[in-house]
Amino acid sequence: MADCNETLRELDRFLDNELASEVLGDMMEHLEHCVDCQQAFDFHAELRAVVKKAAGDEPLPDTLLGRIKECFGTDLSVDSDEA
Amino acid sequence: MGIVSDSSQFARDAMAHAQSLYSTALRMTRNRADAEDLVQETYLKAHRSYATFEEGTNLRAWLFRILTNTFINTYRAKQRRPQESELADVEDLYLYRRLPQIVAQSAPAEDQLLDLFPADEVRQAIEELPEAFLLPLLLSEIDGFSYKEIAEILDVPIGTVMSRLHRGRKALQEALYRYAMDRKLITDEATHDG
Repeated sequence: MADCNETLRELDRFLDNELASEVLGDMMEHLEHCVDCQQAFDFHAELRAVVKKAAGDEPLPDTLLGRIKECFGTDLSVDSDEA
Repeated sequence: MGIVSDSSQFARDAMAHAQSLYSTALRMTRNRADAEDLVQETYLKAHRSYATFEEGTNLRAWLFRILTNTFINTYRAKQRRPQESELADVEDLYLYRRLPQIVAQSAPAEDQLLDLFPADEVRQAIEELPEAFLLPLLLSEIDGFSYKEIAEILDVPIGTVMSRLHRGRKALQEALYRYAMDRKLITDEATHDG
């Protein structure tokens, strides 16, 4: 079973879904028993949610949508597969 | 299926990523006019090189690679961002160690984090990161790409992606903490008696 230091060291890779399954298993086992590490993981997961919401939720301007459609030179609202 | 229907299917698939491309472009360029131009240019290039896109490969990663390269080649020069070397390298778990009251709560702390770090400050903290940290951070945290995909998009080794992400996240936390201190939402005494 992993200890606190080993678990916290893998925190980012865990939240990034990048851990190999053996390491993940060790960590989950530690997390089940360690309230401190659980708190650290929850805190960072919530911090990421705050960052993602603030920085990644920009609505697409209508003007840009029109410009993108022009790039393709096709009317994307019509399904043209049925010729 | 003729070429025309293939290409309109491609256009529809590509259009599905417009919103996330635009959000990312806005964080890169820091203004709406440049972000719109950058995304339009990305789609123009995608349309032109549509023939080189291999069906079944990752369309989303391919579009973000075009976006990133276009930003680096055309818009980077306009940016004033600090160099990596200008940033203090802070310790791991920087915010976590400084906000013990929030950490210790049993209820979800997201609302409190939103009070401490309002959206406009989060955006500013991200946008002021050195470019070497900014791009991996956007691709990972905002766009959800894997380390391997980010390595391919940025054309750097996977170990470089990981170390830049690590330092970028610490730098972001340090900036967020500094902004909250500036607004007196956090004081040094209050954070160390937990």
